[in-house]
Amino acid sequence: MNLEEYKGVYVFAQQVDNVVNSIAFELIGKGKDLAADLGCEVTAVLVGSDVKGLADELAEYGADRVIVVDDPELKEYRTEPYAHALSSVIEKYKPEIFLVGATAIGRDLGPRVSARIHTGLTADCTQLDIGDFPLNPVPGKEQKHNQLLMTRPAFGGNTIATIACPDFRPQMATVRPGVMQKRDRQAGVKANIEEFNPGFTPNQNYVEILEVVKAVSETVDIMDAKILVSGGRGMGNAENFKILEDLAEVIGGTVSCSRAVVDAGWKPKDLQVGQTGKTVRPNVYFAIGISGAIQHLAGMEESDIIIAINKDETAPIFDVADYGIVGDLNKIVPALTEKLRAEMANKN
Amino acid sequence: MKVVVCIKQVPDTKGGVKFNPDGTLDRAAMMTIMNPDDKAGLEAALRLKDQYGAEVTVLTMGLPKAEDVLREAMAMGADKGVLVTDRVLGGADTWATSQTLAGALRNMEYDLIITGRQAIDGDTAQVGPQISEHLNIPVISYAQNLKIEGDSVIVERQYDDRYHVLKAKMPCLITALAELGDPRYMTPGGIFDACKAEITVWGRADLKDVEDSNLGLKGSPTQIAKASDKVRKGAGEKVTLDPAESVDYIVGKLKEKHVI
Repeated sequence: MNLEEYKGVYVFAQQVDNVVNSIAFELIGKGKDLAADLGCEVTAVLVGSDVKGLADELAEYGADRVIVVDDPELKEYRTEPYAHALSSVIEKYKPEIFLVGATAIGRDLGPRVSARIHTGLTADCTQLDIGDFPLNPVPGKEQKHNQLLMTRPAFGGNTIATIACPDFRPQMATVRPGVMQKRDRQAGVKANIEEFNPGFTPNQNYVEILEVVKAVSETVDIMDAKILVSGGRGMGNAENFKILEDLAEVIGGTVSCSRAVVDAGWKPKDLQVGQTGKTVRPNVYFAIGISGAIQHLAGMEESDIIIAINKDETAPIFDVADYGIVGDLNKIVPALTEKLRAEMANKN
Repeated sequence: MKVVVCIKQVPDTKGGVKFNPDGTLDRAAMMTIMNPDDKAGLEAALRLKDQYGAEVTVLTMGLPKAEDVLREAMAMGADKGVLVTDRVLGGADTWATSQTLAGALRNMEYDLIITGRQAIDGDTAQVGPQISEHLNIPVISYAQNLKIEGDSVIVERQYDDRYHVLKAKMPCLITALAELGDPRYMTPGGIFDACKAEITVWGRADLKDVEDSNLGLKGSPTQIAKASDKVRKGAGEKVTLDPAESVDYIVGKLKEKHVI
């Protein structure tokens, strides 16, 4: 493998039902930083059926070029045709870096592609930098420059590791949604758009889709919320979430929850914050009746202000809270809602 | 039918995280468990055994002590256990791990391979799909439900806001979510039998069609530049007040920070 042949930062522009996922814009945003360090362009790879019209949106978020792989076989996500699309793009265009969102799609697609083309893949990255590998010179070992340094939590968020892929290309990473910043949209900006179709012939690896069952979700995506009112096992039961919904309504927030709440069946999984749920970084995060297992902290500790209410003063949530209140949530939360309602009324 | 379940022995990070005095993770003091997603996958396999008389083999790669996790699986009802252990396989990343397991699987008969979605130590979710690619069989990740229909498997595949009902011809690999099944307990008779059961132990030489250059630390495309324990931002204020004072305290902070 001649590493010098591989150029450019490429990102997988995930779309579902012909709507571009926010992770695509986040990857373009981060890709622009990396490309600036390397002096190269950012290419978005858009895969689907009838998706060409989405390319302009990718340009407006910063993509310099968009490669469109458009084929009826790609209408719904399936591992094999999507893996064929991406590996064909990689073989033809030879990117130096290839980023994929660590979504339920990307975490299936990324490994299958990396195994097909024989390169390394670092999962669920939360930080990406260009730098030297090894970080410091080691006698007898070549120090390579301009490497992608991929940082990720492991052991449920207890440890953090920085990983490189010095001898294979592209350097591939899946990136946690909600962590990288997208750029502001620049209306009217255009990119070079290129169409590429490697041909899709169904084989034994193509699975058959019998049914697509969409969940009816009436809630705002918790990753977009500025204020989250999050409840844990300490809420006691599903009905008691009413007091959090009241608080959220008054303060203009959204209700989220911990894994224990999902496991108990009190709230759906799309409201779950944490290692196996979503990563959130709102302006204010209320952790109410949440003990703060390390897997939960991994999903919310980057929030600007963390306010915790818990009756157990030894709960680990207090180790990350800016403001911790030891007390009975059933008394404090309704009173807080009333007080804030009065405050808001005075203000208007 | 024959089902192989890939399982991993992992440190128990849930509630049992122990630290050394210098703040680093004390792995030696932590209990090991069968990785939870793998255990759900094993349960799904055992249900196929109950329903169709499937033969269930558990496969793991690890240190010799990983034999314990195979015996646990056999005490739950698995028929056979295979341990792949060899010093040259150590330090493997997901590429080299999937090459190793694929090399072992080429020597086994299977209609269905089940892995957990991800392990709680690495959280990568990569090894299952990578094995399927090396074996050139279909993969269905994030399985929340599973049934057999003739020579095919029908799986509910979970996404963020939906699920797909997928049909794949066997042989096929699926990665299991916890939703796939609440694991059963070991039975006293099962524990007794599992203690005496013979575990098949394979080394490097028993792997089929795998190059040395794809195994262990040397065969791993990814390399660790730096590893450290997570630095947390640290605790802020903690107060114990009566409810009315607590409310005033929170409202005061929200005003101070211009949230309201």
